[in-house]
Amino acid sequence: MSSQPAPAADPVEFKRELTAVVPHLRAFARGLCGRPDMADDLVQETLMKAWAAQERFEPGTSMRAWTFVILRNAYLTDMRRNRFRGEYDENVAERILTAPAGQEEPIHLSDMHRALLTLPPERREALLLVGAGGFSYEEAANICGCAVGTIKSRVGRARATLNAMLADGDIPRRSIDDDTAHRAILEELDDVAAGNGLAEPTNGRT
Amino acid sequence: MDDNQNPKQKSAPQVRADKGEKPMGQPQWADSLRNLYDSVVDEPIPDSFKDLLEQLDEPDKKKSGKDGGDA
Repeated sequence: MSSQPAPAADPVEFKRELTAVVPHLRAFARGLCGRPDMADDLVQETLMKAWAAQERFEPGTSMRAWTFVILRNAYLTDMRRNRFRGEYDENVAERILTAPAGQEEPIHLSDMHRALLTLPPERREALLLVGAGGFSYEEAANICGCAVGTIKSRVGRARATLNAMLADGDIPRRSIDDDTAHRAILEELDDVAAGNGLAEPTNGRT
Repeated sequence: MDDNQNPKQKSAPQVRADKGEKPMGQPQWADSLRNLYDSVVDEPIPDSFKDLLEQLDEPDKKKSGKDGGDA
């Protein structure tokens, strides 16, 4: 996609920055797909793609944002191949999502995670980017290749859903597992993927 | 994380959740969401990633064989 010859990135510096964003990639991936093992597979895939595409990275820009685009595209591709179904592994989650010590945590992180995974993918990713990753609406829009207004609306809807869900304690347990929901998710993924206008660092694998 | 500030969140009136509301008008789960993310960020990176990162340059070296090839 990037047409202008970027100033050659120093591979050592590139790798240093890439290494530094691994924890964020893991956090984003786990928020997206729920299962830690699959999330890590996704991150590994992302790292390899990022490495292969490193000449397209513009030094000085955000490595986190750049790699998130790659991870997101890989996730969407894998989702459509039915590798991830936004499955939620209760046991793994229980083990991993321990609330930070010494902090009153009225909402269990596992509930939070489960609620998050019931959101439609494009709202989930928007909320993850803005509400958890700390990206601005503009940055999130760039990552998702859509308009800022679209991101705002997705985040708004995600928030409203979570407000309702977490207030009522009414978090659907298996809504993402049944076929109807799954079909709906795939349809939405097509929409999400169709909005891939802007940055698309790696696309060569499909 | 470092740059969590989101100016929009402060100005926008937030739908209130019974579960509790933050003074700033953010629902309680906003913190949980960040904690969820941060809890993963704070995990030690598994060795498999370190291995992968180390292997990344290796194909290059093997391919070019000799030094100084900046293709």
